[in-house]
Amino acid sequence: MSALLKLQNIHKAFADVRVLEDVSLSLAAGEVVSLLGPSGCGKSTLLRIAAGLDQDYQGGLELNPLLNFGRGSGIGVVFQEPRLMPWLSVAQNVGFADGWVADDQWVEQLLRDVGLHGRGDALPKHLSGGQAQRVAIARALYGKPQVLLLDEPFSAVDAFTRMKLQDLVVELAARYEIAVLLVTHDLDEAFYLSDRVLILGGTPSRLQRELAVPLTRPRDRRSAELAYLRGEALTELYQSHVL
Amino acid sequence: MGALNLVIGRWAERLPGWRPALSDLRGWVVPLLILALLETLVRSGVLPAHQMPAPSQVAQTLYLLAQSGELWRHLNASLLRVGAGFAIGAALAIVIGTWVGLSRRAEAYLEPTFQALRAIPSLAWVPLLLLWLGIDETPKIVLIALGAFFPVYLALLAGIRNIDRKLVEVGRLYGLSSLALVRRILLPAALPSLFTGLRGALSLSWMFLVAAELIAATRGLGYLLSDGRETSRPDLVIAAILLLALLGKLSDSLLKAWETRALRWRDSYQGGEDGA
Repeated sequence: MSALLKLQNIHKAFADVRVLEDVSLSLAAGEVVSLLGPSGCGKSTLLRIAAGLDQDYQGGLELNPLLNFGRGSGIGVVFQEPRLMPWLSVAQNVGFADGWVADDQWVEQLLRDVGLHGRGDALPKHLSGGQAQRVAIARALYGKPQVLLLDEPFSAVDAFTRMKLQDLVVELAARYEIAVLLVTHDLDEAFYLSDRVLILGGTPSRLQRELAVPLTRPRDRRSAELAYLRGEALTELYQSHVL
Repeated sequence: MGALNLVIGRWAERLPGWRPALSDLRGWVVPLLILALLETLVRSGVLPAHQMPAPSQVAQTLYLLAQSGELWRHLNASLLRVGAGFAIGAALAIVIGTWVGLSRRAEAYLEPTFQALRAIPSLAWVPLLLLWLGIDETPKIVLIALGAFFPVYLALLAGIRNIDRKLVEVGRLYGLSSLALVRRILLPAALPSLFTGLRGALSLSWMFLVAAELIAATRGLGYLLSDGRETSRPDLVIAAILLLALLGKLSDSLLKAWETRALRWRDSYQGGEDGA
């Protein structure tokens, strides 16, 4: 199998309310895939299943054995909130997976990568929202993952910070050859970042559409192609009654 | 004129630096006034000296106690009891509180019992402890440990149950074992509550020390209290009360300093209106 991560025929219910029905998706190496949908459609639930945080579902989760060759589980996760440990310094948060025996040089390198060089000794309370999310990204990268799962990671920051963080993630994913599964409700974000956009909708949610984004990187947010693809997607969303 | 303004400006700049020192001193005004008033009232015979000794006499009593070495014997005995009782009670509370906080099942089994035990005023244990354990050190330390246990246990349990589930999830994401989860996430996150509990427990420990020593002891500050009563020496009683206040405040300050150091990371409201 070539996919790094495969979700097959996922069914999920919360107390008899069916949330996800027969959702399948796969993530190939180096690929950036977005899961797009309205809030409450179960896209975050799907990501939590992929991350192993939710075991109570029906269907199959297949992880490529290659993932186990890394330092950690081979999967890094960034949540909507930074979720840093407030009692640990920035550097300790980045190296959280290894606790006392964290690889300081690698932590330094990651802090440099996310633009927080020299802030390793700061406490989370001294960071802005965007900086805290950068630390969370560095923490997710610490285990040298091959898959990065992002759960609306840019939704809590302002528009300017969001654009910077989006570029940062794409750049780091390319540099460290990481496949990305991104959950978002932001059309612009989905098309700007992804190779494929999966649209989730309906009650219970199913995969409605899969749209490829055949544009090379680096992309221009203002480009006519992106605008065209977003328009197409909107049309399809209306047609399939997701919106 | 301009030069004068500059001078005044410089003075004004310096003032804020003075203010904290001034406001620290303000707290001394009332106690000093009371002491001076008492001294004059007793000396002028308005208050009978055999009931209300003059502050200077209390000071003299303390000095004599210190000189004869009696003071250190009593202080030592009391400090050891509080130290041992508080440490044992708090340690047990941390272990059991963590366990109950971690496991719903442990909570289901243990919580009702603890709630029932907590409803017993702890001093009611004294006769039983004396019957079971005799009148030496053991019942005193057990009583103090009993008093220290519940504040720590309750605060820690509440602290653990208030931890942001999202942080615990990060721990699960990194595959932490239960023990590592406790050490690396639950205890640090519950630390603010734990310190609140510890400080409450410490002041209760002093209270229970006095109770234990009043009843059966040959040494300690509580003994000094009852000795002063039996020999009709209010100066001795007041000296013991002062020592208890001093030790209570001192031990709480130590704990508070530790708390401030350990909780530097906390991003919480520290109170407004400083200065002025």
